[in-house]
Amino acid sequence: MFRNQYDNDASTWSPQGCIFQVDYASEAVKQGTAVVGLKSKSHVVLAAVKRSPNELASYMKKIIRIDDHMGIAVAGLTSDARVLSNYLRTEAMRSKMVYGRALPVGRAVNAIGDKAQINTQEYGRRPYGVGLLVIGHDDTGPHLYEFSPSGVVSEYYGYSIGARSQSARTNLERHFEQFADMSLKELIVQGLRALRDTMPQGKQLDSMNTSIGFVGADAKMTILDGDDTQPYLDLLDEGDAAMDTE
Amino acid sequence: MDPVTLELPHTLQRPGHAVAQEPMTRPAGPIVTGTSVVAFKYRDGIIMAADCLASYGSLARFRSENRLFKVNETTLLGAAGDMGDFQYMKHKLEDVMTHEYDMDDGQRLGTKSVYKCLSNIMYGRRTAINPLWNAYVVGGVDGGERVLGYVDLYGTTYTADAVATGFGKQIAIPMLRRRVEGRADEISEEEAVAILDDCMRVLFYRDCRALNKLRRAKVTAQGVEISEPYSLETNWTYAESIVGYGA
Repeated sequence: MFRNQYDNDASTWSPQGCIFQVDYASEAVKQGTAVVGLKSKSHVVLAAVKRSPNELASYMKKIIRIDDHMGIAVAGLTSDARVLSNYLRTEAMRSKMVYGRALPVGRAVNAIGDKAQINTQEYGRRPYGVGLLVIGHDDTGPHLYEFSPSGVVSEYYGYSIGARSQSARTNLERHFEQFADMSLKELIVQGLRALRDTMPQGKQLDSMNTSIGFVGADAKMTILDGDDTQPYLDLLDEGDAAMDTE
Repeated sequence: MDPVTLELPHTLQRPGHAVAQEPMTRPAGPIVTGTSVVAFKYRDGIIMAADCLASYGSLARFRSENRLFKVNETTLLGAAGDMGDFQYMKHKLEDVMTHEYDMDDGQRLGTKSVYKCLSNIMYGRRTAINPLWNAYVVGGVDGGERVLGYVDLYGTTYTADAVATGFGKQIAIPMLRRRVEGRADEISEEEAVAILDDCMRVLFYRDCRALNKLRRAKVTAQGVEISEPYSLETNWTYAESIVGYGA
């Protein structure tokens, strides 16, 4: 019934030093489709592949707006992500009401990190089965964070989580030094390029399955879906054509 | 039927804790009070003044109180009304600023945020029918912008180029209307000090709860600066000719 005697709950250590329930939750993140995040000096961008459960169903939402200055992309259990996004929205609203200030992104993501950590310490709980990329812009500029079920929170210039995300990370590692000075448009196309590397054989990014999110000093949190993503997908193709002619 | 009272063993009774239930009471007014705060915008920032007196009714009880408080590097708070409630508010704001410092993430609470937070506390307390008996003036420079706001025990808030509390509203505001409003950008620090001293002098002449020992403070891009107590030149020869109730 159990894989071993140390994975019954999220508060028991194995002699090897793992909490198996946390490891399993991290596996759940890898079941979700990939999401990519990257930032320049002025903007942060998210790019995500949406999955449709079957032919008749719509595509599942991957990017959620938290506030005018903040948004998240989801990989893993969408229902857990909705719990976390509701919490983030409440906190963002509280910050606006009490201090008249947009919630600092780092504090927001540390707050959900603490919630996830509590799940790994108290008896009778389970970890969140979702990983998030959190983007936002505050007084200290643009930010990209990863939230994981273990409660670990890290900040990045570019990162990717979800199925086959290693391919996207490899792409980002190759190009991240150029991100800082890119325009928003270039940054989005660069994000899509990394995202494309996560697509399985025979599947392509198209305007139905691609979702784009961005925020910056001069741009409120925006989510592009459907036909709105087409111009950027076209730029992606044009970029390839340009490379072929070289 | 008589109300049932439970009598605790005397060892469990706290001093002053009556056995019989007394009606709940709310503060009916301030006890130890400070009078006017006057502040206005000038070219380099904002300038503010308050005297050093904390009165006990009409008695000039404490004569070296500081009613100007530096909240953070960019924010100044001036208080009129109950000095006990002012001390409570100082501690509360210190807690807020300490928490912000502890976050250690490079974020800072600007003057606007401090003002909003203070306003929420004041309005929350009046809504609980347990007001903090004060009128506060908040001044500062927030992202290069001058901010000057007022909040009182009813939770009333407004921002303006010139703000004063209590008797200062009657005496100083008409003077500041003429000399400050609409030309805040032209006023040098020297002129600002002259205008402020004139306001405080007239207030000392006419306000029976004022003291000729006051502090002045300014907030500029360089930060908050609160002066040591000083006195103003006064001239009471006018008084010779005043008969009856004056005017």
